[in-house]
Amino acid sequence: MGRFDFFMPEPTVILNASGLQRALSRIAHEIAERNDVSGDVGLVGVQRGGVYLAQRLALLLREIWGHPVPAGNLDVGMHRDDLDQQAAPRIHPTVIPFDITGKTIVLVDDVLFSGRTTRAALDALNDFGRPKRIQLAVLIDRGHRELPIRADFVGKNVPTSLSERIDVRLKEAEGEDAVYLEKK
Amino acid sequence: MSWNRKHLLDIESLTADEITTVLDTARAFKAVGERAIKKVPALRGKTVVNLFIEPSTRTRISFELAALRLTADVINFTAEASSLKKGETLKDTARNLEALNADIIIIRHSATGAPHFLSRFLAASVINAGDGAHEHPTQALLDAFTIREKKGRIEGLNVTILGDILYSRVARSNIWALTRLGARVTLCGPSTLVPRVFEQMGCRVTYNVDEAVAGADIINLLRIQHERQRKTMFPSINEYTSLFGLNKARLARTKPDALIMHPGPINRGVEIDSEIADCGRSVILEQVTNGLAVRMAVLFLINGGKGPQEVAAG
Repeated sequence: MGRFDFFMPEPTVILNASGLQRALSRIAHEIAERNDVSGDVGLVGVQRGGVYLAQRLALLLREIWGHPVPAGNLDVGMHRDDLDQQAAPRIHPTVIPFDITGKTIVLVDDVLFSGRTTRAALDALNDFGRPKRIQLAVLIDRGHRELPIRADFVGKNVPTSLSERIDVRLKEAEGEDAVYLEKK
Repeated sequence: MSWNRKHLLDIESLTADEITTVLDTARAFKAVGERAIKKVPALRGKTVVNLFIEPSTRTRISFELAALRLTADVINFTAEASSLKKGETLKDTARNLEALNADIIIIRHSATGAPHFLSRFLAASVINAGDGAHEHPTQALLDAFTIREKKGRIEGLNVTILGDILYSRVARSNIWALTRLGARVTLCGPSTLVPRVFEQMGCRVTYNVDEAVAGADIINLLRIQHERQRKTMFPSINEYTSLFGLNKARLARTKPDALIMHPGPINRGVEIDSEIADCGRSVILEQVTNGLAVRMAVLFLINGGKGPQEVAAG
């Protein structure tokens, strides 16, 4: 803690634990409603924020559909469009334990912002096969798109200013389920 | 995660954290090489020059393929077919390459310090692919990667480097990398090729080959660098083979899970018995596979960090 943290504004809670759970549950039902052929659906979480969310959605969909739903994770670091503008990003594992060709892939990320991560994810996914279709599920859509990309499933729309920051905290990584809005 | 370097000139100046960053990044690039589509667009639009003033096949091909798999454009430049033959200096050659807007120059040269020299006046990034008997950083990184992958760790392992240490840049880079990561390094070979002065680099020197390999978890064999030896350093190749070559009798006295490594090119029947080179404990070909992943990682890391942050960091 810095000595001037006293002056920092308190972060606003956007979703608490039960709100986050409800949002995921609703997304799962929307995915189920949109996709008749449940056996064709695979989830791919974008490293890092989307990985645990994809795993949770896979469990929720398993309850709805009554069969396991495959889930993988994808690192987009090698496909970013700003690689020569900053220090090289840390690369996390890409593990997609199923063939994506012909499948309906639901890309899962925590926050949709400029859309550049999603664009990189679409490129990265392309190297693994040719899905029948790709849909996008995000927990938070905070606006400020820089590319023509929109989400198919949104947990919560949060209008933000560019000076604000969204902090998604999940039990698996940070020990709590919550989403905060912070002033930079 | 820590990598803010513009160049990779040697291992000596790297921290353990920086070495580990390369190894971690290389793991992801190894996975890329195992896919049906082995190419990623990380260096799209960048120009990489292989400036090889000293002959090489495996390192040059490895760097070339690494750059191609990152979607860079690659120019291969060898001394034999160049204006260096017409008397152009290295500095002028490099400046000409830079005038073509090369972004990364990978140099191999018989003179120690040639990459450092280029890095002082070029705007492009410089990667050392071997400078004289000084360093061969990517070889040490791929050796460390292979050891970590096979053994799960490097710290606490006994690594024996056997052969021509004096003239070997691979030995020097390996000693820096492995000692920094916590391995115990033993050097062994003819006393003329393994002077005691290497003890100052933090390793042990012994001339008893059976003792050197007995406790080793890793045995890294080095080729005799005939091209660098100005005089006779030992009586004959046959004597070297019988005294220091890794044969079946010596292998039988090693730990059953000790790995055999060699940076290549191997001289079958000289430093290594032909059957041992092909046995299950030899990871020589895996080193080649890992070399590609490590070089992709190095190119990827070097390519980053040229933005405002890097400028601010000086």
